[in-house]
Amino acid sequence: MSHHIIEIKDLKYTYPDGTPALAGISFRITHGESVGVVGANGAGKSTLLMHINGCMSPSEGSVRIGDYPLTKKTLPSVRGRVGMIFQDPDDQLFMPTVYDDVAFGPLNQGFPRDEVESLVVYALETVGAAHLKHRPPYKLSGGEKRAVAIATVLSMSPDILLMDEPSSGLDPKARRQLIALLKSFEHTKIIATHDLDLVLDLCERTIVLNQGWVAADGRTIEIFSNAQLLEENHLEKPLRLQGF
Amino acid sequence: MARIESALLSLGSLNELAAQDTAIHRRDPRAKLVTTAVFIITVVSFNKYDLSGLLPFILYPIVLTSLGNVPSGEIFRKILIASPFAIFIGIFNPLLDRQILMHIGPIGISGGWLSFASILLRFALTVSVALILIATTGFEAVCLSLERMKVPRVFVTQLLFMYRYLFVLIEEALRMVRAFSLRSFNAKRVDIGVFGSLVGQLLLRTMHRAQRIHAAMLSRGFDGRIPLLRSFKADIWDAAFILFWSAFFVLARMYNIPHYLGTLFLAALP
Repeated sequence: MSHHIIEIKDLKYTYPDGTPALAGISFRITHGESVGVVGANGAGKSTLLMHINGCMSPSEGSVRIGDYPLTKKTLPSVRGRVGMIFQDPDDQLFMPTVYDDVAFGPLNQGFPRDEVESLVVYALETVGAAHLKHRPPYKLSGGEKRAVAIATVLSMSPDILLMDEPSSGLDPKARRQLIALLKSFEHTKIIATHDLDLVLDLCERTIVLNQGWVAADGRTIEIFSNAQLLEENHLEKPLRLQGF
Repeated sequence: MARIESALLSLGSLNELAAQDTAIHRRDPRAKLVTTAVFIITVVSFNKYDLSGLLPFILYPIVLTSLGNVPSGEIFRKILIASPFAIFIGIFNPLLDRQILMHIGPIGISGGWLSFASILLRFALTVSVALILIATTGFEAVCLSLERMKVPRVFVTQLLFMYRYLFVLIEEALRMVRAFSLRSFNAKRVDIGVFGSLVGQLLLRTMHRAQRIHAAMLSRGFDGRIPLLRSFKADIWDAAFILFWSAFFVLARMYNIPHYLGTLFLAALP
């Protein structure tokens, strides 16, 4: 099962205005792994995610998803396998109703209508949002929007899930439900977030970014107990570890 | 402020009416769209002084609001909100065109007043049928039938996105105005420089959002076509709906029905 592997080699990216965002990042994520990407504001977390699903193309270096290098030609097939959940659900939910939005991906992938129907129902049921099917997105609460945004990606049956700040703007209960939901997924997951407790719950591995570099890459529990490393990267111990 | 917020809430209310199930709602969206287009074209094509000839057209919005269970008060309020545009278009006619064209008892009515009244009536008729179309069909269905009727995809996509992001844009603007007023201590007016930067900010934010949305669309395989799953089935009743109303509009356009009724009535008097 090599097709769930993400391999990034010496990835560099500089914004058109000259601001460096990624300064040479390398890592390899294997099948079924769940990886947290943490770091200060502007450390390059979102930029990194955008490179993995091909929304941005690197200035130098390469991204490999499974057996394919990420190029213009492989882009459509890579995007079908890598599902990206954006930070602001309003950016992700652009269709008139929840149903249309969840059906958007599969219809573009060319699934026949009746199959799309069952994919949509399955995706919405998985996130517990089947009852929202006919609602327009602007009528949803923050937690509902997040759940539906995840469904829009699930309906494409991706192997890899990328998430940018999945818990931002959620109340504690909605956040708990999100964590339980993500825990139930068997996908390879990359979660960029400031919510270190969420990383502790979901990811056995963590990558710390600092100004476009990988400052640390290792077992979550080890990284989060290294006070000096956290301090240097504008982070602090997850609340749950603070007593120890 | 509160006014803008309540306007935002009522914005979606019309579209929600489209979820009902009435004889009008069951008609194929395309049938309603075509009929509305014929209505608007015939109404707009009247002579500028014509007033009585327009009266039979009121029948269409009346029938649709009652059969389609559309609250006429809601439609009326929305017409009022838009009415300043029509009033400004016609307001100078009474001053410019003073030729007396008809008499009601001893009072002479000038051509300017007639054309002004005609503009207002036309405005009320066309806007109300457009609103009723949305209330009985729904915005997406209207967009989709436009696409089925070979309107270029770009326009349809524009319309769909305009409706979706209108709410997001207004909320964004509201937040900015709120932030401004909290720190401007209820200044009576917005300084032109500040206004400029507010609007500029809004534009930049909108452009950034557009980029993010585009990225989100590309990630899910967008290739220039918005796929919508709706099946339309037109039946004989839809054809009858178009035919009946179009025939009525054309007849009412060619023959001044109130005028004929009037002469008939007068002739019947002893």
